Amino acid sequence: MAIPPFERFYEAHAGEVLGYLTRLLGRQFAEDAWQETFLRALRAYPTLRHGEHLRAWAFTIATRVALDERRRRRPVAGEVPEVPVVDGRPAYAELAVHTGALPRKERAAVVLRYGYDLDYEQIGAALGSSAEAARQAASSGVRRLRRTHADLA
Amino acid sequence: MQISPDLDRRFRDAAAAGGLLDAAYDLVDSPVGTLLVAATDRGLCRIAYTPDPDALAAALGPRVLRVPSRLAPARRQLDEYFAGERRVFDLPVDLRVPAFQRDVLRELARVPFGALATYGELARRIGKPRAARAVGGALNRNPVPIVLPCHRVVGARGALVGYAGGLDRKRTLLALEGAGTRE
Repeated sequence: MAIPPFERFYEAHAGEVLGYLTRLLGRQFAEDAWQETFLRALRAYPTLRHGEHLRAWAFTIATRVALDERRRRRPVAGEVPEVPVVDGRPAYAELAVHTGALPRKERAAVVLRYGYDLDYEQIGAALGSSAEAARQAASSGVRRLRRTHADLA
Repeated sequence: MQISPDLDRRFRDAAAAGGLLDAAYDLVDSPVGTLLVAATDRGLCRIAYTPDPDALAAALGPRVLRVPSRLAPARRQLDEYFAGERRVFDLPVDLRVPAFQRDVLRELARVPFGALATYGELARRIGKPRAARAVGGALNRNPVPIVLPCHRVVGARGALVGYAGGLDRKRTLLALEGAGTRE
């Protein structure tokens, strides 16, 4: 598949990636991380060899920016960003509001799997780990959510 | 999630300011249809009658992004031209064409508003009097029509002959400039 003009890539994924980053980081930090995500994508764009899996690629970059961002902000321990429901995903909305307290990798894994339907190969790539490690992060995240929110069980 | 217009604009401007684009472009409405107008950091590089970023990316590279602020001077001058308020464009042009075509386009740029030249005359002016047909080919691939006015070039007897954007557009542009043609 040919690499589309960056404009098409941006139009196709900008909104969804902003929603994802808002869930991970809260609205206050999401916009900067979102801009950084698409600037990184633009820098890397000439190195793409084909136009497949660009959506997962966008989420991968966003996840790395978000993890960097959270690492930088780690001194503010225990902070749980406000997680608004940002788009029309009613089945997921209920889960989303509870992921704020999860460890960052588990949180990204849960949100990517259940919020954006990425497979574990793609989530593994985003987290810089294997598909199996991504699966474990997501299921451990879900177990933790079930423990703390009995109503989700 | 909706990207706010302000956030969208900030990203597009940052992408262009960072020198990360193969070309920035915008779409400009005109009496000859919607134009795709593109520029590199060095100047205007494309005016296309087919407003399609895929064709732009195929020619210049995949990092093409709509950045209206970067094309604001070109848009303003085109608007003025179509409103009859501008006869000469004052825009840097980034021509990436073979030497022969560059010679033709430089000579073309000297044909003034409202005037006509023939393919043969342009061939003579670049010192290649027998190259009228090749001049026609070079004009047909003009990357920045209107600003480089290939619509002002006609056949030996004054007939419109051809235009990459179609003869209707050529006729419209010449009428706008008040140039007389024979058909």
